[in-house]
Amino acid sequence: MPQTDLTIAGVGGQGSILAGVILGSAAVTYDHKYATQTQAYSSELRGGFAATWVIISDEPIEFPRVTHPDILVAQAQDSITRFVDVLKPDGILIVDDDMVREIPDKIKRIFKVPATSIARNQMKAPVTANMVMLGALCQVTAVVSRQALESAIVQAVPKGKDRLNLEAFNWGFEKVQAP
Amino acid sequence: MQDKRNRVLTGTHFEMGNWACTEGAIAAGCTFAAGYPITPASEVANHLAARLPRVGGTFLQSEDEISAVCAAIGASWAGCKAMTVTSGPGISLMQENIGFAVATETPLVIVDVQRLGPSTGVPSVGLAGDIVQVARGSHGDYQIIALCPESPQEMFDLTVQAFNLAETYRVPVFLMADGFIGHMREQIVIPPEGELAIKQRKIPAGSTSPLERRDFQDVDVAPMPVFGRGLQAHVTSSCHDEHGMRNLSDPAVMHQYVMRPIEKIRKHRDEFVQVQADHPEAKTALVSYGTVSRSARAAARLARRQGLDVGTLRLLTCWPFPDKEIRRLAAKVDNLLVVENNTGQLYPYIKAEAAHACRVAFLGPQTLGQIHDPEFILSHIKEMIA
Repeated sequence: MPQTDLTIAGVGGQGSILAGVILGSAAVTYDHKYATQTQAYSSELRGGFAATWVIISDEPIEFPRVTHPDILVAQAQDSITRFVDVLKPDGILIVDDDMVREIPDKIKRIFKVPATSIARNQMKAPVTANMVMLGALCQVTAVVSRQALESAIVQAVPKGKDRLNLEAFNWGFEKVQAP
Repeated sequence: MQDKRNRVLTGTHFEMGNWACTEGAIAAGCTFAAGYPITPASEVANHLAARLPRVGGTFLQSEDEISAVCAAIGASWAGCKAMTVTSGPGISLMQENIGFAVATETPLVIVDVQRLGPSTGVPSVGLAGDIVQVARGSHGDYQIIALCPESPQEMFDLTVQAFNLAETYRVPVFLMADGFIGHMREQIVIPPEGELAIKQRKIPAGSTSPLERRDFQDVDVAPMPVFGRGLQAHVTSSCHDEHGMRNLSDPAVMHQYVMRPIEKIRKHRDEFVQVQADHPEAKTALVSYGTVSRSARAAARLARRQGLDVGTLRLLTCWPFPDKEIRRLAAKVDNLLVVENNTGQLYPYIKAEAAHACRVAFLGPQTLGQIHDPEFILSHIKEMIA
């Protein structure tokens, strides 16, 4: 794929933006591709909307905005409300099954992973839900290599927390499924 | 003393434009920065505060933007490469002292990570709303230099250039970034230190009395005395003669006081005014600057794919205004579409240079603050050509 446009969205505190930063960093630093990452968030510390847009390409990226993503990663129902209408007709939707209840019928390519309950119950660390989503994304698409993503995670998370985050990533990689 | 270690972070990075700006400043030799936090520029101040002390520099968080620009002016006269960083509301507060910096020919870099205004507006949304205010916002006649980056990489490259120009021409130089690229992460390549061309200001030697010196204000940029190095100097923002001494009675001195700082920039403009043309032979050209140039280039590419003859011209320098470059373009094209992420700030200037020779129109974005969708530009190109 010469260029892939992604949106990762959730509510503040879920780590959607960090997931986008890690994805871009993996593409540029370890897969030696080009990436542009932008973001928007409301002024609340937690609970407001948060989204990041990532473009990954084999060539330098000209237009840096994502208008119609190929992939939407939704960590909250609010993310569906805001972004599902601009997803490309054949686009891929990856959702946190614990947080997203309703998906419009027109979306055909849906992948689900219970990221919040995995982070809470298996990892005992709710903050790792974004890593579970990255693992799911990695399984579903080949936009960035697994090795690159794992290296970028280790680089991005606090020292001593890399095993925890990589494990959460692996849960997402293993547990994601098409319904 | 400046610690050379870790001054230039050579390598490939995936970081924000605001990070790149900071690293550009440090690579250029910045040793003093002052600022007051403001979205979307705060990351520059934060990162400067973390980095400058580690390379022998100083960061001052001031009580407001007026104090910040004044501290940077003072530091520049003390021999530092100095900067301040803010967004539009901060520039509004700084205007009086930007004039002071111009009148005293103070080398200074002012980073403006623009946001949607007027007034407090929207802190986190980028909009190129300060383009005219940085050139004309302070009272009186004067000439500054302003550069328009389109990417995090250029927030590094053009920050280095901004320092070089400030030191070479003794003038405030503005970096006109915006919230979109300030907060955008992309690949940033920082070259080895030896490959960066870094300019230093000229400092006068020998005689120290301000009355003996003849070089204070010179059309070819006078050497700058630096406080604390045994050179005496008189510095006033009031009208002054070539010795720097106040003179409010001689009309010839008044004329020179205004004209020389303008002429020193205009006379040398060919040495630094930069534009970038893509498909320069095309009969329709999109003229833009800053972040939105990327939309323009993408639109021109889409148009060419559909068989339309469309090129682009990007203004990396917006002040001094690239008048010659616009005239040269206007002489070659039939249609010129000005694409800006505002309501048309440079459009009147571009039209004034081009309208005698070709058709000129303006296109703002569908939604202010969201740079143009290339398809949207393309539809307007088609209308213009039809």
